[in-house]
Amino acid sequence: MTFWLLLTINSITFGGLLFLLAAGFSLIFGLMRIPNLTHGSLFMLGAYFGATFVGGLLGTVFNFWLAALMAAVLVAAFGALIERLLLRRLPGQPLAQVLVTLGISFIVADFCLMVWGGDPIAVATPESLIGIVRYGTLAFPLYRIAVIGIAAVVAAGLWLLLDRTRLGAMIRAGVDDPDMARVVGIRVSQLFTVVFSLGAGIAAFAGVIGGPILSVYPGLDQYMLPLALVVVILGGSGSLVGSIVGSLVIGFIYNFGQALLPELAYFVLFLPMLLVLLLRPQGLFGRFVP
Amino acid sequence: MIARIIALAAGFVALVTLPYWMHGEYYINVSSQILFSAIFALGLNIIAGYGGLVSLGHAGLLGIAAYSTGYMLQAGFGHTLAILAALVIGVASMAVYAVLALRATGIGFIMITLALGEIIWGLAYRWISITNGDNGINLHGRPEPFGFAIESARNFYYVTLVVFLVSFAAVTVFVRSPLGAALMGTRDQPRRMNALGYHVWAIRFWACMFSGLLTAISGILFVYYTQFISPQALDLTASAEVLLMVISGGAGTLFGPIVGAALVVVVKSVVSGFLERWNMLLGFIFVAIVILMPEGLVPGSARLWRLAWRRLTAPGKAAVPEGKP
Repeated sequence: MTFWLLLTINSITFGGLLFLLAAGFSLIFGLMRIPNLTHGSLFMLGAYFGATFVGGLLGTVFNFWLAALMAAVLVAAFGALIERLLLRRLPGQPLAQVLVTLGISFIVADFCLMVWGGDPIAVATPESLIGIVRYGTLAFPLYRIAVIGIAAVVAAGLWLLLDRTRLGAMIRAGVDDPDMARVVGIRVSQLFTVVFSLGAGIAAFAGVIGGPILSVYPGLDQYMLPLALVVVILGGSGSLVGSIVGSLVIGFIYNFGQALLPELAYFVLFLPMLLVLLLRPQGLFGRFVP
Repeated sequence: MIARIIALAAGFVALVTLPYWMHGEYYINVSSQILFSAIFALGLNIIAGYGGLVSLGHAGLLGIAAYSTGYMLQAGFGHTLAILAALVIGVASMAVYAVLALRATGIGFIMITLALGEIIWGLAYRWISITNGDNGINLHGRPEPFGFAIESARNFYYVTLVVFLVSFAAVTVFVRSPLGAALMGTRDQPRRMNALGYHVWAIRFWACMFSGLLTAISGILFVYYTQFISPQALDLTASAEVLLMVISGGAGTLFGPIVGAALVVVVKSVVSGFLERWNMLLGFIFVAIVILMPEGLVPGSARLWRLAWRRLTAPGKAAVPEGKP
């Protein structure tokens, strides 16, 4: 019983982390129709930034949450640059988009290797969240529970942004029908920059939040990117509910798969994605067929 | 036209005599790597370049052919049987790939092939009882086609070269055949092709089959070259790399994938000896290609060359900027 409960908590935690990673990916994919293959790199870059800030930079040790915010802002600015300088030139050219996003991910991966070396770096758990939560005979790490809360807060924030603000309405219009959105006077190309940098920022934030659980190491980008893809394809691109449901489902499949069918863990992970692509190509909650 | 024939002949002679002017076994081995990577890239180019169907899971197919060869040899079958089985299994896997992935086009096709590639990688990586996981499978010995021993770098190069030239000729014939023309038609105007009575799905399917055959051939050469196959050869990075060869050289051109393969292999194996940050260099090259020559190196250079040639031959005309009265 304990085993199952722990596995469930871990699955929800991992699902929350995946949501933070995939929410931006889903928006970018939904609005810009770009397979953003740098998303794993942005996550890793954020995690490395966070590890540096928390570990101490120029003699100053930053608070964990401040570090997460700073990493998010830095990577969001980097994302805005990528969009403004490169992706902007390549609308509707998937081959060039693949080439350029993969090229950037090569550069980021090598940059991280150059600056931070090849050894895994652990991000220290924030002091206020060290410890365990007891419920009867069960004990959960407090931080893992907190990650679920953080993911829920971000989800609520994104929902407010998308559903209750003018900017959100513009983004939704752009996802549903970019041409029509342009016709009614929405500057869709400006939205691209906003959404890309927002997605990059959330991914970097997720990297820092995930740091104490996953730690940071070279190759983290290639580990996370397929997971983000699976979530978005399962849930449907451009849909917030889809990202939430998709990341929870994948969180469960991943953790239970690792525990119960270690030999086929990746097989059971990617199988639902394949089934969804074949049976319902727009994803469970998607608004359009990619 | 004549210049083109001379260039082709010069290239052919250079390739055939390569082991005599290229110093060192190492560089001959690098040349073999370029050639079998080029076969792989040519195979992917059939669907990605000429068919508009971008696959991000092709390394999985290469891996299936390579693992099949490894198994058959481990199980004690001869080289001939192992190679035949690898070809059949490789093409059959491509058929499964195609049936699943051809339900979509565009980004959907990319995603499905990526998922399939990751599934195959996951099986190779985790199904340790069958694939030996990260430790991979070791091979011993290379075949002797028609009694020609290919243990040495030079002889392996020649066998790879023959296979490469045959593959290249096959691709050239395919592209110029009615099927090739129809494939490009389905890439540019699928609905019109459908209205004209072409079976768009079948054309794409057979193009995938041809691509799968070339991929399997490349996989067999790869596994005989390295004498080893591990999940690393079929992960997402490997799939991305071959796609980058195609796109950087010029998708939908005959020579583009070969140039792209040479670029990637040279940076990966030669430049990496001098420059620690070769991965970054490769990334910058890709970004630069997208900015400067979005159509790829081969068509891009051809365009620049034509531009320069026109400037040289008609200096008076070139001085007037076009489009202004």
